Amino acid sequence: MTVHSFQEKFDEKIDREDTIEPRDWMPDDYRKTLIRQISQHAHSEIVGMLPEGNWITRAPSLRRKAVLLAKVQDEGGHGLYLYSAAETLGITRDEMLEQLHSGKAKYSSIFNYPTTTWADMGAIGWLVDGAAIMNQVPLCRTSYGPYARAMVRVCKEESFHQRQGFEIMLTLAKGTEEQKKMAQDALDRWWWPSIMMFGPPDAESPNSESSMRWRIKRFSNDELRQKFIDVTVEQTKILGLTLPDKDLKWNEARGHYDYGAINWEEFWNVVKGNGPCNKERLETRRKAWEEGAWVREAALANAKKRAERKNKEASAA
Amino acid sequence: MKELLKYTLQLADNALILGHRISEWCGHGPVLEQDIALTNTALDHLGQARSFYQYAAEQFNALPVSEKEHFFTSSAIQSIIKDGKQVDEDDLAYLRDGWDFRNTLLVEQPNKDWAYTIIRSFFYDVFNFFFYTELQKSTDVTLSAIAEKSLKEVTYHLRWSSEWVIRLGDGTDESAQRINEAIANRWQFTGELLTMSEAEKAVATSGIGVDLEKIKTLWKERVAAVFAEANLDVPANGWMHQGGKEGKHSEHLGYILAELQFVQRAYPNMQW
Repeated sequence: MTVHSFQEKFDEKIDREDTIEPRDWMPDDYRKTLIRQISQHAHSEIVGMLPEGNWITRAPSLRRKAVLLAKVQDEGGHGLYLYSAAETLGITRDEMLEQLHSGKAKYSSIFNYPTTTWADMGAIGWLVDGAAIMNQVPLCRTSYGPYARAMVRVCKEESFHQRQGFEIMLTLAKGTEEQKKMAQDALDRWWWPSIMMFGPPDAESPNSESSMRWRIKRFSNDELRQKFIDVTVEQTKILGLTLPDKDLKWNEARGHYDYGAINWEEFWNVVKGNGPCNKERLETRRKAWEEGAWVREAALANAKKRAERKNKEASAA
Repeated sequence: MKELLKYTLQLADNALILGHRISEWCGHGPVLEQDIALTNTALDHLGQARSFYQYAAEQFNALPVSEKEHFFTSSAIQSIIKDGKQVDEDDLAYLRDGWDFRNTLLVEQPNKDWAYTIIRSFFYDVFNFFFYTELQKSTDVTLSAIAEKSLKEVTYHLRWSSEWVIRLGDGTDESAQRINEAIANRWQFTGELLTMSEAEKAVATSGIGVDLEKIKTLWKERVAAVFAEANLDVPANGWMHQGGKEGKHSEHLGYILAELQFVQRAYPNMQW
């Protein structure tokens, strides 16, 4: 078969909505796009453990502490499935981590914002995980099999995360004046970064067109953002809080909420590394990795010794 | 019975404080799988702590007011009693002061590095494994039920920390040097695990608590066996620190409580 016929077969599969599996032929760009997207997603999970991990030791009740620990543990688990899915495309986890630590690979910019009060645990669960679910549910049907299957598991757990986040917000919003203030303050700080999570507007999204063609992506950034805003406005009413956007208004003709201008300059600034916590987050990840080097070496050395002893015993027998 | 309440709190505090320390690793582990394993272990300890605190709260609430008033020195708890309200698991964890905490000194020691963290868990897990095995036979049905439920988790903790002691002891020169240093510095906190406090003696006599004499030899034998496999020497007995079980703590506990109790203390009397 020629490259041309490989390509044809791949295109047919995509059109038939078949999944592409690790052993199947795939165009280089498809492979590269997936490695970039899946590893970025995995990095987001493990960097995302930090802003929430920040509050584990300070959680205000034992039940909240247990739920938060379980949630952050789930995120580590998501990181694991996603790294494994990316590995099926011919890259190792160590290579991906190297790209993260050197700053070559990106992770979701939202994790470069600080978690300054307990209400941030609510806002992250409700808004950040909520936005992540909007992005991720379509990925359960994405064309690359291992990614789609990993996402099915991830999405199940994310919806539990979102519910617990909303419940934290609801408790605060129904609480004392100080607690209400805490909830509103968190909403004010997380709202715009959350709707930026869907990425740049469609007209300026560099990777979107081929990703749509390959069914790596199924909805455009703006479509998903609109869907998220429509749902969240209603949830905010239940909380009795105010979204920090004075232009937010129901548009009868469109059947959607209109919203104000997004500050894309801030978005690109954070992507470039100038967010409030970019340096801290990366430094923390690097430090954990570097300080863990002797531990990983010890585990490898011990495994080697055990294997050698086993071989010796086997040959002696 | 006040001795049973003190005993229950001691078990709860050990679990809470060790869980707190281990949870500090979350997101900072040397490799993702171990990060997840540690977070899971922290969650197990926290779960055990909650069971014990819930039982302790039940016992406390049943005390006559005159005894309640003098049981803890914390003014926050005293104001709950004055209002005629009941305490719950969170009040016990978040509103008591350091001198009312009865955890052993070992569990409040800082993580420092992977070797110190592993050896602290290992010494404690060996103790906890034999302790819960015995506590299952308690004549107190609540304690025996918590022990039975927790033993499955503790069995896994012990396997995990034992494996790491072996990996570090019989790994590289650096890991052997680090684990030896950690052993040398943490050994002096192991004596307290097996020394009975007044509360422990009282509940052991009535068949509710564990007679630590019964598990002393088992603890030593298990530590020796794992150390032998790890090419590590068991230190000579030497000086052993005591006091945690009677509320006399190291400087570290104050910082743990400052962090753990911060939100409840800064914003009192609220639902979270």
